[in-house]
Amino acid sequence: MGPARAALAWAALGTAILLPIGVAATSPLLAWRDPVYILAGMAGVIAMALLLLQPLLAAGYLPGLRLPRGRRLHRWTGAALVGAVLVHVGGLWVTSPPDVIDALTFTSPTPFSAWGVIAMWALFAAALLGGLRRRLHLRPRVWRFAHTALAAVVVLCSVAHAMLVEGTMGTLSKAALCGLALAATAKVLRDLHSWALLTRHIV
Amino acid sequence: MIQKHPCRRTVLAAQAALGLVLATGVSGVLVPARARGLAPTPSMRGGSNNYLPGAPIVERIGGGGFWMTGTVRRAGDGEPLRGVRIQIWAHTTEGHERDPHSHGATLTDADGAFRLEMPQIVPAFGQPHGHLAYDSGDFETVFLRPVMRSARETSLSADFVLQPV
Repeated sequence: MGPARAALAWAALGTAILLPIGVAATSPLLAWRDPVYILAGMAGVIAMALLLLQPLLAAGYLPGLRLPRGRRLHRWTGAALVGAVLVHVGGLWVTSPPDVIDALTFTSPTPFSAWGVIAMWALFAAALLGGLRRRLHLRPRVWRFAHTALAAVVVLCSVAHAMLVEGTMGTLSKAALCGLALAATAKVLRDLHSWALLTRHIV
Repeated sequence: MIQKHPCRRTVLAAQAALGLVLATGVSGVLVPARARGLAPTPSMRGGSNNYLPGAPIVERIGGGGFWMTGTVRRAGDGEPLRGVRIQIWAHTTEGHERDPHSHGATLTDADGAFRLEMPQIVPAFGQPHGHLAYDSGDFETVFLRPVMRSARETSLSADFVLQPV
């Protein structure tokens, strides 16, 4: 990839990630929220943005961050994603404990809560697999299938969660970010043959 | 041959169900206040979240500009209930749900209607919604959590049908 195309790719990615964050950071709803609630919401927006970055890093698609550098950064971004989700849920807990208890116990009146909680547990499981990859001694094909299947659940459920929430994110920039995260995830799953375990004979 | 029986049973059951729906549905529309006709309102999921018992009866909550309205009737005969205390709270332009100043109460009039002015409700936890409680002891406690169709609306209503204790 030439420098011009690389710059264009980074500019497009930067826009897709920073625009929704910028829109959320200037939402009129923020005027009526405590700092902890604002932080909680923003952590959720940042987590959505990281979901677009994660598959691109894992597959080494980004100019200057080919494999193995992209894969290495994927681990750090994954840790940041877990951190963002913890801040998101923790900040919401401080803001309104009963609403978070309802969500975690799947008894919330809001349908999007369940999607968020499923995405959270799938993320923790995917991150755990990532952290224990060497120690688990799984066959690479098995490990990759498990990790990417969980990642797919994370992305799908997070998109459902975000799209159903009426919050600080702008409708258009949110939809664009979600669409791109879905597309990037789907492309990486295909390119990395994540389903090889299911489609090929195991010797 | 064996399959014939379930089929006939299904058809009969469907006919019976349809008859039941028509009977209850039509009579419900024509005579809403018939004895034992009006079922009590069940509490909604999440309705009691951030409830602070004993909110004071107020002229209005904060600066106002938004109206919470509704009715209170007795289960069964549908008699409007007067002087019933309804507690109201929400995330508004003036505070979070858990803030005591976001809470207030009002009494129903002779027609069983209530109406309390409060600050504009804004979306919180993903939906623009309000909370209402009947929790005074003479009837079963009910917590409601109505959701606004749009965050731009400047009123919200919720109706109670209370079951005597």
